[in-house]
Amino acid sequence: MHTAENSKYAKTHEWAHMDGAVVTVGISDHAQQEIGDVVFVELPKVGQDVQAGQNCCVVESVKSASEIYAPVSGKVVEVNEALTSDPALVNREPHGNGWLFKIQSSAPAEYENLLDLSAYKETIK
Amino acid sequence: MNNLKKTPLCAACEKAGGKMVDFHGWLLPVQFESILAEHKAVREAAGMFDVSHMGQVFVEGKDAWNFLQYVNTNQIKNAPGAGTYSHIVNEKGQIIDDAISFCLTPEKFLVVVNAACIDVDVAWFNKHAVGFDVRITDASAEWGMIALQGPKALQYASNLIEGVQEMPRFTIKEISLFGAPGYVTRTGYTGEDGVEIMASPEAIEKVWDALLSAGVKPCGLGARDVLRLEAGYLLNGVDADGSQTPYEAGCGWVVKLAKENFIGKAALQAQKEAGLTRRLTGFALTGAGVPRGGCKVFKDGAETGVLTSGTYSPLFKGIAVGYAEASLPEGCEVEIEVHGRKIPAKKVKTPFYKNRV
Repeated sequence: MHTAENSKYAKTHEWAHMDGAVVTVGISDHAQQEIGDVVFVELPKVGQDVQAGQNCCVVESVKSASEIYAPVSGKVVEVNEALTSDPALVNREPHGNGWLFKIQSSAPAEYENLLDLSAYKETIK
Repeated sequence: MNNLKKTPLCAACEKAGGKMVDFHGWLLPVQFESILAEHKAVREAAGMFDVSHMGQVFVEGKDAWNFLQYVNTNQIKNAPGAGTYSHIVNEKGQIIDDAISFCLTPEKFLVVVNAACIDVDVAWFNKHAVGFDVRITDASAEWGMIALQGPKALQYASNLIEGVQEMPRFTIKEISLFGAPGYVTRTGYTGEDGVEIMASPEAIEKVWDALLSAGVKPCGLGARDVLRLEAGYLLNGVDADGSQTPYEAGCGWVVKLAKENFIGKAALQAQKEAGLTRRLTGFALTGAGVPRGGCKVFKDGAETGVLTSGTYSPLFKGIAVGYAEASLPEGCEVEIEVHGRKIPAKKVKTPFYKNRV
């Protein structure tokens, strides 16, 4: 299971956790605190191809819309349907059940280039 | 954020966990614990907002009432204690500000104006005061202000202010708070019952602390925006950008053409006779998503309007207002484009929240 510690990070506050060639993506605890109460998540489409850095999902809080960027390239293979009825999972369990989508990675090296937790924490100091 | 203006409650807000943001040059809390929790507190119990940034302009003199009648579209009440919500418009009838004029005595009124408009309003008043026996004083810096709102607001207020529960809506009373002079008005911007309390910077801090200790939830601008949009209140500067008239902004009830003379009367009379082409219109999403200001509205594929305000309401989901063709029928189905996706919505009557006040 993905945790804050065993995930990698993009500077844009997404976390990524690789299991085989599948990368699970969510937003960091820091990001969910900044965004506030999440009320709607516009998830990508299963089967959609995404490029690393591409805006492919929107997390809406009461006060703002935050674009979520794919941390790695590949094909979206699963989205977190639980967020449709309970978007606040992103606030309650940002690193666990509040994940957003999964990407079948087409360029595994991209994952290695993401930040580890301590390097990410440096960016948000 | 160092060059931002601070209210007398800034430190108290930060201490209470306020997430501070730049709001028209003021450092104010956008939220404390959570916008949804704060919204719930105001709808079900009581919440308080630091609204010290709002302006207090005193209009005094023999012609005070005649002057306010001239610069306001509404019929300003001149019975001591009475308050009147009105628009201040230019010669073309376009909204400069919306404000409440409270009659303290027939020769002294307190006009509470929007923070971003204080300088503009005072300059406008001074420009048009020629020929009137009036003195206009911007006392905004001398007054802190708290909006205490919710079904339990009066109960909390009554611990500090004697007789507050007997005050009719939209009235003002001079009071003493912690030894300092102040005002209480039975008004608000949330659709709930409540009061707004004005006092010196020192006294307002004591009011805040007393209410906080009593269990009133501190609330920020985020919750305030959801509450006011649900209640159908105009946000000047956002829902009216200086180019619209009160009729277009859905506030025709504040225009009293029967008044002898006021700035903008001729233009408003002409618009009323000609009819409107665009009007501030309420929309409720029927699909999932969160509408925002700037989103376009489509009817049968053609653009019919643009949103000025939109949000997620815990009571009504996606709600918005925007300028759209005045001919759109009530209940008519439209689409609102959010992040490139067209979401079904329909035109609805405002307020979304049928208030208890």
